[in-house]
Amino acid sequence: MRSSENSPAEFHLDEGGDGPPRLVLSGPYLISTIGLIDRELREIDSPLDTIDLSGVTEIDTVGAWIASQLADQHGASIVGANSRAERLIKALAASGEAESVHPPREGPLLRVTRTVGKGVLGFADGVVGLTGFLGEVIVAFGGTIRHPGRFRVKAFVHQLELVGISALGIVGLMSFLIGIVVAQQGAVQLQQFGAEIYTINLTGRLTLRELGVLMTAIMVAGRSGSAFAAQIGTMKLTEEVDAMRTIGISPIEALVIPRVMAAVIMMPLLGFYSACMGIIGGAFIASVSLDIPFFTFLSRIQEVVPMYDLYVGMVKAPVFGMIVAIAGCYQGMQVSGNSEQVGRRTTKAVVQAIFMVIVLDAFFAVFFTEIGWA
Amino acid sequence: MGMTDTVSQTLGQHERFRGEYPIVVEGLVNRFGTLTVHDNLDLKVKRGEILGVVGGSGSGKSVLMRSIIGLQQPTEGNIEVFGRSMTDAEPGENIGLRCRWGVLFQGGALFSTLTVGENVQVPIKQFYPEISQTLLDEIARYKVILSGLPESAADNFPSELSGGMTKRASLARALALDPELLFLDEPTAGLDPIGADKFDKSTRELQQTLGLTVFLITHDLDTLYAICDRVAVIAEKRVIAIGTIPELLATDHPWIQEYFNGPRGRAAQGSQARSQQPIGKGGDNSMDNVPDTGA
Repeated sequence: MRSSENSPAEFHLDEGGDGPPRLVLSGPYLISTIGLIDRELREIDSPLDTIDLSGVTEIDTVGAWIASQLADQHGASIVGANSRAERLIKALAASGEAESVHPPREGPLLRVTRTVGKGVLGFADGVVGLTGFLGEVIVAFGGTIRHPGRFRVKAFVHQLELVGISALGIVGLMSFLIGIVVAQQGAVQLQQFGAEIYTINLTGRLTLRELGVLMTAIMVAGRSGSAFAAQIGTMKLTEEVDAMRTIGISPIEALVIPRVMAAVIMMPLLGFYSACMGIIGGAFIASVSLDIPFFTFLSRIQEVVPMYDLYVGMVKAPVFGMIVAIAGCYQGMQVSGNSEQVGRRTTKAVVQAIFMVIVLDAFFAVFFTEIGWA
Repeated sequence: MGMTDTVSQTLGQHERFRGEYPIVVEGLVNRFGTLTVHDNLDLKVKRGEILGVVGGSGSGKSVLMRSIIGLQQPTEGNIEVFGRSMTDAEPGENIGLRCRWGVLFQGGALFSTLTVGENVQVPIKQFYPEISQTLLDEIARYKVILSGLPESAADNFPSELSGGMTKRASLARALALDPELLFLDEPTAGLDPIGADKFDKSTRELQQTLGLTVFLITHDLDTLYAICDRVAVIAEKRVIAIGTIPELLATDHPWIQEYFNGPRGRAAQGSQARSQQPIGKGGDNSMDNVPDTGA
């Protein structure tokens, strides 16, 4: 069998007789050799009398498939097949005509229309689904209040740690840096009026009122919202969620409530911590480049920042926490089918959460200004 | 000829194995930390046979398979596949061997983002990029049919298939490259008796038609009786016995006796005795081809 090692699959048309030509195949007809001559074989368009396989040294199902396809197309009969070839051709006889195995593709116009339509319907479904989910969570929350024994303390505490404690490092660093940026950039502008002392007002009010909570919400969406979606999504794929339901555990109570509660409680704490770190960052840069002593900066904060700035921030924080957690858990619960869905839903959870947080923040800004907390 | 080096190499690689033992395992030791799974395990698989591999849960059947196909570097010992050492080779050196075996993993391990047909094409595209899309589609389609699936299943995604269909789709992918050696890891686990029976029959038919050597890990006593030429028993960290079932029954090892002469073993023995008609009869209605979920 050394011959097969280097010789390729070959064919030629033998036009010796009077009738249609004879197709003579020779060499190994294997999956490894067929790719080079498949196209040429398909280009034969004359009718054939017989297909001679006696020169074929080795054959596998691909070779047998090619031979039987050729025989079908050209109305030829196969001769000279050895027992293996015969067996393979017979086994393939049931397979019949060829067809594409790719999902059918459509024209671009249809595809765009379909995508847009699907998107619109999907958005509507999403709104309805999210509202329904929110309702479910509220009902389950009511149930937990009526039966406090059903509350998952352990899971809740665990989530508190994951959402809050382990985020301290990154949230703190980020806020510190943002405080530096705000104070630095503010000072550059205010210096033109000789009003660099107002850097303190700027940094204090901005971080406590807006940036602390907003940046924290974005960070929590990226850290915890995505984790919620991925965890719950994976549990849905492995049917853990279904298993819970059959045992009589409500997945909303067991999975969603502890996560939402943890986010709602941790967001104000993290937001306040973030604002503090932002102010420290501002104070730091002020002492370095503006000649405002560090502790003077901090004590001025008390005088220039009205108390309601803190309230504004702290009122928004739990709402943002809830949005992030609900979006994460909702997308997680929507996972079905395959593992690709987990990734898609996780991305969606984060994007949705951040988008809604920013939209809501704009509403809050207008609202609080209107009621006089400017 | 205008052929690239890689192509002429693959020509050589696709020469069929003519030796007597495509798989030879000698003195295999597998250790995970302090846990020894295999200790001095020897095994030879004959060309053209269906070798059933049995053993209790955790006896290392799957680890043995993973060692043979190179997914698990053994602690000690030598493994030869088609006369080439798997253990001495540098990583990546035996790529050429990989196109000569097909593996059906326990859970199917189909790529979930591709259709069944595309799953079958993956190994072909990997090894033979010169094959045209038309031919790829044809190959995928007849492999799907050859594996006992309806033609329409080629367009389905793995999540749309029932358990039995997933196994068959996975079999189609394992057969994609026309391998000489087929590894099946518990192919009938989780199938209903009718589906399992049919799967056994297709395995036998394919093995005969394609001239395969089959390494079959199973817990299914009916499968052992119905299609295995020989059975290797793994216990006490090695192969304690290998042979036909009557030969195994003649040994007096307590585990083997308990395995084959327990209530389930006897039942399988009985049903085998009752149905000694040739394999391949029995209605061919495709009960196990109905998907669980709509497409």
